[in-house]
Amino acid sequence: MLFASVTIASDIAVDIEVAQTVGFGIIAALMVAGALNVVLSKNVVHAALSLVMVMSGAAAQYLLLAAEFVAVTQVLIYVGSVMVLFLFGVMLTRAKLGKDTDLNNHNGWALGLPISLLLLGVMVYALIDGFDDTRISGSGAGTIGSSANVLLSDRIFSTYALPFWALSFVLLAAVIGAIVLARKD
Amino acid sequence: MLINQFLVLGAVLFCIGVYGVIVRKNAVLVLMSIELILNSVNINLLAFDRLNGGNDGAVFALYIIAVAAAEVGVGLAMVLLIFRNRKTISLDDLSEMKG
Repeated sequence: MLFASVTIASDIAVDIEVAQTVGFGIIAALMVAGALNVVLSKNVVHAALSLVMVMSGAAAQYLLLAAEFVAVTQVLIYVGSVMVLFLFGVMLTRAKLGKDTDLNNHNGWALGLPISLLLLGVMVYALIDGFDDTRISGSGAGTIGSSANVLLSDRIFSTYALPFWALSFVLLAAVIGAIVLARKD
Repeated sequence: MLINQFLVLGAVLFCIGVYGVIVRKNAVLVLMSIELILNSVNINLLAFDRLNGGNDGAVFALYIIAVAAAEVGVGLAMVLLIFRNRKTISLDDLSEMKG
């Protein structure tokens, strides 16, 4: 990604927003490392804590994309509550402390590696083919700050009011379902 | 910034999540891999949101976050129920549906 942006920038002398691109690269590398640790780690708690890194990195990427309300929501919901749920799940299912050798399917990588690499190849090819050097501005264009949040909330409560209403039923059903499933008697 | 930066990052995270869903046997770790997939989708939505200049993508991303939270709650309740009845959460041991 970085070398692609550098070669394009040398062709067309436009602003390449060096600071944002370098920040993106560092955060993206941390996210990919964390994600790999989630799927490869032999320790369940380490996998859960690596997931925190991926989710925090995603919140930082949302900030780079000028979606600060979604970034704050991501930190509150994912890093705050979903991770606590996962750690409770790890604790209540009595995961082994330290290394656990029985986390993966036997020879699962022989199926998983070709499928995911094929998927990655197809998707990256399609993306490079479709959005070759389409640019987005990291800052400047569009509304930034509190006016963007006003527009977002207007959108939720006007155009997308019906899905919002339906979502409240989904959450209610999920809460009742979780209580019914997890109750002891 | 190129939009492909964000889209390729989303694709990479998606594929890592798919690998985790296929390879992992522990049910909690499979749920974690599903969260990776949902996060990659959110990155894509917000990148396209930025490209098109609206805020529909942000609304979709918020809804996905809410549904994902509900999914994790119900999913972990099911995992706890399975653990209570069988003393294991290994997905290979749940094979009653096999003919």
